[in-house]
Amino acid sequence: MDLLLRGISHRYGGTEVMRDINLEIRRGEIVCIIGPSGCGKSTLLRFIGGLERPDAGEVLLSGPEPEGSLNPLTYVFQDFALLPWRTVAGNISLVLEDHGLGRQRIAAIIDDVLARTGLSEFREALPRQLSGGMRQRVAIARALAVRPAVMLMDEPLSALDSQTRELLMDDLVSLWQRERFTACYVTHNLAEAVRLGHRVVVLSRRPGQIRTVVDIDMDLAERGPGHPELEAIQSQLWTLLRDEARAADREITDVAE
Amino acid sequence: MSQSDMAERADTSGEPKSLRAVPYRGGGFRPGHWRFVGPLVFAVLLLCWEAGSRSGVISNLVLPAPSEALEALRQLVETGQLWLHLGASLQRLVIGWSLGVTLGVAVGLLVGLLPLARAGLLPLVSALFPIPKIALLPLFVIWFGIGEGSKVATILFGSFFPTVIATYGGVDNVDRTLVRMGQSFGLGWWSIVRKIILPGAMPAILSGCRISASIAIILLVAAEMIGAEYGIGAYVLMAGSLFATDQLLAGVAMLSVLGLVVSWLIGRAERRLLRWRG
Repeated sequence: MDLLLRGISHRYGGTEVMRDINLEIRRGEIVCIIGPSGCGKSTLLRFIGGLERPDAGEVLLSGPEPEGSLNPLTYVFQDFALLPWRTVAGNISLVLEDHGLGRQRIAAIIDDVLARTGLSEFREALPRQLSGGMRQRVAIARALAVRPAVMLMDEPLSALDSQTRELLMDDLVSLWQRERFTACYVTHNLAEAVRLGHRVVVLSRRPGQIRTVVDIDMDLAERGPGHPELEAIQSQLWTLLRDEARAADREITDVAE
Repeated sequence: MSQSDMAERADTSGEPKSLRAVPYRGGGFRPGHWRFVGPLVFAVLLLCWEAGSRSGVISNLVLPAPSEALEALRQLVETGQLWLHLGASLQRLVIGWSLGVTLGVAVGLLVGLLPLARAGLLPLVSALFPIPKIALLPLFVIWFGIGEGSKVATILFGSFFPTVIATYGGVDNVDRTLVRMGQSFGLGWWSIVRKIILPGAMPAILSGCRISASIAIILLVAAEMIGAEYGIGAYVLMAGSLFATDQLLAGVAMLSVLGLVVSWLIGRAERRLLRWRG
């Protein structure tokens, strides 16, 4: 299943926050969206998943949903959004319970997804007992449990410290190698974008528009910290963003992100 | 490292001229664990009281000795009256309070979740909450009869309003990102209410229960002072009108124990239901 964004524009009150965004997210690729803070990256992601409606334009799905997908467009949130009163297994169970699957089927899916993400031993742990990195791994496992067609990742690593972030990036790369999931990955971190993105979409400051789309034709497994080609792309992206970021930094914000 | 640095180091590494420990100033402002102090204070107070009564410092007319109150309590147990009074009171308390809390949580959820219900009901709740329900007792007697009806109704109304206010406050404070997460995974409205909103509001609901339970006990006694044959309130009232101060104290002690037991039970419920908070 592919995703198509056509002419998306939006205003909050009198402020234009987004102007004419056109984008295609193809099956099996990770599209990273970067841009200065307040450019509407997260808002765009909420439009894609149907949590908010844009003033103009449309988000279209093309092609059939993948077999057995319970929730084709599935988010991974920056702050994990795990229910603190449910265990790891309970948090995954939460998103399966409304589909009439039956106890055994749900338990089987939980077992499978925990095994795939290496979390089996944390099955009965509560979120407060886990580190930030483990919490986000649980949230990713929860997202995988509903067999998403597209994962919508809203700065998934931004709440983590930089070492944990490196570890999770490696996890995501190996996960993609195995499962070839499709993702729209919003971040403000250029290193994440060049490590994980098959395409990097650069948004301008408010009103957010697509400035450029950078294709990175390199296998995810070959990429690593300090790779010269990636460094070059990263500094190229930074050149594009620097002035935007500086201007955005000096803006007075009156709209909610 | 430069020459002068070396010189300084050499100087300080010799015999300390003015070395001082950094003063510790991080103490205090921390709840401690003094488990036995509470009962101890209680026991010492009772002992002083008893000693004062026996030695005549405290006149028996002013305040009977704890042992006399205990004796009155013993008589209550022996004659079997205790269970009649306690049974009648507990029944009213349990029925009135649980109905009040159930209705209060339901209305609180409505007020918290539906803007229309909030606009319509919140002013009403705010207007009725501060009315002392004891003042309405004569009305309740007319509406619900002099028997159990008016007593249960008084307790019900008394525990209903604080529960509504605690519940909708709790609903307001549920993490919005969790609700959004539920929506993003396609959970139904009822699922989100049951699995995300209600557990998220549970801490507030339980602290509302603490308040409403104390209000319920106060109202219980007040309601039992009108037209009740049995009940702790009726017993206290009777003792008071006969100036049987030892019986009065026995009744008051029963109320205090009742309050302690209720708060202990709610504490247990909190520990069980809010285990996830750690």
